[in-house]
Amino acid sequence: MPPVSTERDLRLDLFRGLALWLIFLDHIPSNAVSWITIRNYGFSDATEIFVFISGYTAAFVYGRSMREHGFIVSSARVLKRAWQIYVAHVFLFAIYLAEIAYVAQSFDNPLYTEEMGVLNFLRHPDVTILQALLLKFKPVNMDVLPLYIVLLVGFSPILWLLLRRPSLGLIASAVLYALMWKFNWNIAAYPKGVWVFNPFAWQLLFVFGAWCALGGARRLSRWAGSPVTLALAVAYLVFAFSIAMTWYFPWLAVYVPHFVGEAIYPIDKTNLDVLRILHFISLAVVVVWFVPRDWPALKLPIFRPAIICGQHSLETFCLGVFLSFAGHFVFTEVSNRVATQIVVSALGIAIMVGAAWLLSWYKKLERRGPGPRPPAAKPGLAGGDT
Amino acid sequence: MKMLGAILLAWLALAAVLPIPAWAEDPAECRVAENLLEVNFPLPKVAKAIAGKKLKVLVIGAGSSTLPGPDGARKAFPARLQNALKEKMPSVATTVVADVKLRQTAGDMVDEMPAVLAANKPALVVWQTGTVDAMLGIDPDNFNAAINKGVDIIRASGADVILVNSQYSPRTDSMIALATYLDDMRWVALQQEIPLFDRFAIMKLWTELNTFDFHSAANKLDIAQRVHDCIGRLLADLALGATKPAESLPISGGR
Repeated sequence: MPPVSTERDLRLDLFRGLALWLIFLDHIPSNAVSWITIRNYGFSDATEIFVFISGYTAAFVYGRSMREHGFIVSSARVLKRAWQIYVAHVFLFAIYLAEIAYVAQSFDNPLYTEEMGVLNFLRHPDVTILQALLLKFKPVNMDVLPLYIVLLVGFSPILWLLLRRPSLGLIASAVLYALMWKFNWNIAAYPKGVWVFNPFAWQLLFVFGAWCALGGARRLSRWAGSPVTLALAVAYLVFAFSIAMTWYFPWLAVYVPHFVGEAIYPIDKTNLDVLRILHFISLAVVVVWFVPRDWPALKLPIFRPAIICGQHSLETFCLGVFLSFAGHFVFTEVSNRVATQIVVSALGIAIMVGAAWLLSWYKKLERRGPGPRPPAAKPGLAGGDT
Repeated sequence: MKMLGAILLAWLALAAVLPIPAWAEDPAECRVAENLLEVNFPLPKVAKAIAGKKLKVLVIGAGSSTLPGPDGARKAFPARLQNALKEKMPSVATTVVADVKLRQTAGDMVDEMPAVLAANKPALVVWQTGTVDAMLGIDPDNFNAAINKGVDIIRASGADVILVNSQYSPRTDSMIALATYLDDMRWVALQQEIPLFDRFAIMKLWTELNTFDFHSAANKLDIAQRVHDCIGRLLADLALGATKPAESLPISGGR
């Protein structure tokens, strides 16, 4: 692998695109198609992939910016990006409000008087909307973007450190993760509880991604490419898979020795359990082994849809959240047959691909379009989003 | 992974489409897959109470342990549980008392537990919780601690416990993040070796089998009452199954 690659690593786009599809499928409640997503076969899920790759690309883009234009300019860019994501989050919240208000108007089933309590916040829109703008009130499945915002807001100092002392930056991140576990750090949520994705925990994966982008991957390659590591990774994936099977077939649970259960449960998603990190890293080791960076097949048309989704990750993610609302709406209002679920899932992904393709097309138009444009601006990756 | 997923899907579909009618004496609509009522852990206090011909059950729960309307309490699952137990064991004097308070978290219930237990002295506590905690987004660690503490208190009072988790509610599925709380209750049940009545999985299976239509937004009290009747019956099956001697328990891996 060359030290500084000028060509975009298509694997990043491909797997981020796939992660976005999986997040969409997982976000539609009771979706039969979500059986194919990785969270059912092990400890980690698409969120890990998304956060890691986002850290990787953020370091790639803003690392270059920081080297070329200094700390202030690159920090300003990072914050601008965080602001864009905040606006996107608020937009999604507005859609969520519309959905929940509709349900509140039409829902009157005596079986669910308890569950209807979730609509109570509509009685206090003054408080709830304010709390949502403060990122404290976060409806279900709207936790990823706030995490991303917080990670970006805190990114510049750690990027500065990673550029100078990469190992020290990674160690600092790991120490923060350890302190979080020791002192139970998290951000308070509204009306009660804490953030579903604890930023103090998930920063580790983001920073690890950034560290990999800034040369860490190269340093790791000898270690990660060894057959021993591969064997360990595969063994761990098999172990996670066997444990995951006991969730669906409870009678298998008796084969899990008591001490194993004691040791692994609960597998904490909020605080990014170590088991989840290991599972993600094992997946990454296997993927990197079988999909080299210059794998010619990456350019094949069948990977194109996922790749362009990965290249427009923020827009695709937001669209995915909206589509999962819409998909759930179809299930409850029209039909929840398995055939419908398959059609809705496939259609959702097709819409995500179509939108991403449209965005690529716009971008090409803008590049080609009239008006002076500095030739040095944004070759390839710098123009891609983070 | 996709290949595996397909195999698994086929396997699961088979398991779901061919539910084994475990409890033939119940109305057909109540039947569920056998593994959903699989008893892993015994209820010795209940067995003793039945042997003594006198069984007292206490249901501690929140909103989904009752139904609205004037005869809501009579039609809700605690009363139906009493009915089913009496039907199945005519010679045992069975009473089911319901301590149901709306909008209570697991922690709230634990606070009141010592007093409620002292007042009723049950041999079995059926504890329904989780939904309110999920709606409020209670810290999962605190929820977990509350469940464990509650189970300890109930056991110390000399009663057995059955945990009842949340209902499956398709319309609010995208608004209440139940998963963590469901997993938590399943895990505590396994760890503390107590039976869990997996109401969520059972109701989900009923949806898949088109037994009941839970998507309906309309005010259909009769369906709600039939659902509660089934839940009461299945709870009775679970409780009685757990009092049978060990050799009659389903052997794991039997399928």
